[in-house]
Amino acid sequence: MSEKEKEEKKGTNISRRSFLKGVGTGTVAATVAPATILVGDPETAEAQTDEAISKSEIQLNINDQVVQIEVEARTTLLSVLRDGIDTQGNYVDLTGAKLICDKGECGGCTVLVDGKPVYACMMLAMDAQGKQITTVEGIANGDELHPVQDAFIQHDALMCGFCTPGFIVSSVALLNENKKPTLTEIKEGLSGNTCRCGTYPFIFDAVETASQKM
Amino acid sequence: MEKFSYVNATSLKQVTSLLSDSGWGEVMMIAGGTDLLAELKEYIETPKTLINLKTLPGMDSISADASGLKIGALTTVAEIAMHPTIQQDYTVLAQAAASVATPQIRNVGTLGGNLCQRPRCWYYRDETVSCLKKGGDICYAVEGLSKYHAIFGGDPVYIVHPSDIAPALIALNASIKIVGPEGEKTIKVEEFFTLPAANPFRENVLEPNEIVVEVQVPKPNPNTKSLYLKAREKGAPDFALASVAGVFEMMGKTCQTASIVLGGVAPAPWRSTDAETALTGKMINDSVSTKAGEEAVKNAQPLNDNEYKVPLTQNLISRAAMMAASK
Repeated sequence: MSEKEKEEKKGTNISRRSFLKGVGTGTVAATVAPATILVGDPETAEAQTDEAISKSEIQLNINDQVVQIEVEARTTLLSVLRDGIDTQGNYVDLTGAKLICDKGECGGCTVLVDGKPVYACMMLAMDAQGKQITTVEGIANGDELHPVQDAFIQHDALMCGFCTPGFIVSSVALLNENKKPTLTEIKEGLSGNTCRCGTYPFIFDAVETASQKM
Repeated sequence: MEKFSYVNATSLKQVTSLLSDSGWGEVMMIAGGTDLLAELKEYIETPKTLINLKTLPGMDSISADASGLKIGALTTVAEIAMHPTIQQDYTVLAQAAASVATPQIRNVGTLGGNLCQRPRCWYYRDETVSCLKKGGDICYAVEGLSKYHAIFGGDPVYIVHPSDIAPALIALNASIKIVGPEGEKTIKVEEFFTLPAANPFRENVLEPNEIVVEVQVPKPNPNTKSLYLKAREKGAPDFALASVAGVFEMMGKTCQTASIVLGGVAPAPWRSTDAETALTGKMINDSVSTKAGEEAVKNAQPLNDNEYKVPLTQNLISRAAMMAASK
């Protein structure tokens, strides 16, 4: 749904507060959600203060590169990676992590934060400050593919390929924790990723092959 | 998501004072955010300010000693699931935590957030639906689609509580520490959760200016066997259709005490005293465990689409009792 549609639909939103206020008179009025009031001064706000900030210039460490970028409090890490423009005017342009469900269910946006797999769509960019973020673009060593990437090619572990970056990142995270996972452990480790083409058996084979090379 | 401003928490005092006077919804707390961000994206909540609890010091660790466990509210679900002492002595809790969502969610989601997460009812989660839980007139599950709704304690709102960890904590007789503007209090986790008859809008007794800070779990007796069984619609991660947290003090195959708390079947974790009574003092065998399951569901009140939960719950309880006697 587009932002415009969202804005239009919001007109039907009844907040619990407006209900509670209306209870006394026995009426429930549909009200437009109150306009957001911004607190704090975005010009002077610092990233790590206890002041209320609505906007801030932050530094993120992504694939060992420092990215300086201004974000709103509501900006997700995934938005920064895919659509962010840094303070120099350059696109961050890391579109490997995919925006699919946008609600932490499909795994297409999986990235590593301090080595652990997380959904970038469900993490605020401000919360990613001070952490090591690794996207699928940071998995290979220069031109040399990671064993997991090699194994995905070898086993043809994809059909449409849209979920593949998320699966690669989750597989790397799994093998970093568990060098020789059983099939059950592989399935559990990848249980936060969904492949609608159903290439799971090939993916599991690829992870097993990669585990033998790491 | 609507715009909001963001405040890093520095102390509990600061948090409770920021929350005070705002009522529900204007100032909200965020920890892992795996539930809250979904609500913000769907415009179910539109707070003006979020308080980032992750910057609070000393609330993200687990300590275990002879008397029991203390788990900070900011501890991640993954840390609970993988903690060796919890796996060994509080098995039901480790199993429940491991059954939560996906690795990505467990790495971020916190204990406090898991206990305070909002229901997954599709009417509640639809921004265009003004249901009873959100201040409307009716609970649409009664006449509408009710496949994932409550078979116990629903009236007048038929959501189910989505937490796996809560039933395990209640079965282990855990307590929860809450801090508000007037100081702290500790209550049983069982008393933390409430039914819609008491308050259709909330799932627990937390006031708008209170925060969950810690969970305390007494150490089970050495002869305790505990386990968590969770039925899901598919093999992949999901919320429970029904689940059973069982804590049994066993002497051989004889059950001395049983603590049975159900998830996924009621608007709050649901203790089955009927099943507990049917098992206590009994030698566990097929007929005793079957009887316990039957007793547990005899007062179930399924809706149009969730009658399947009755035999499902019944059999989970029977299976849990048999597993306690066999392992």
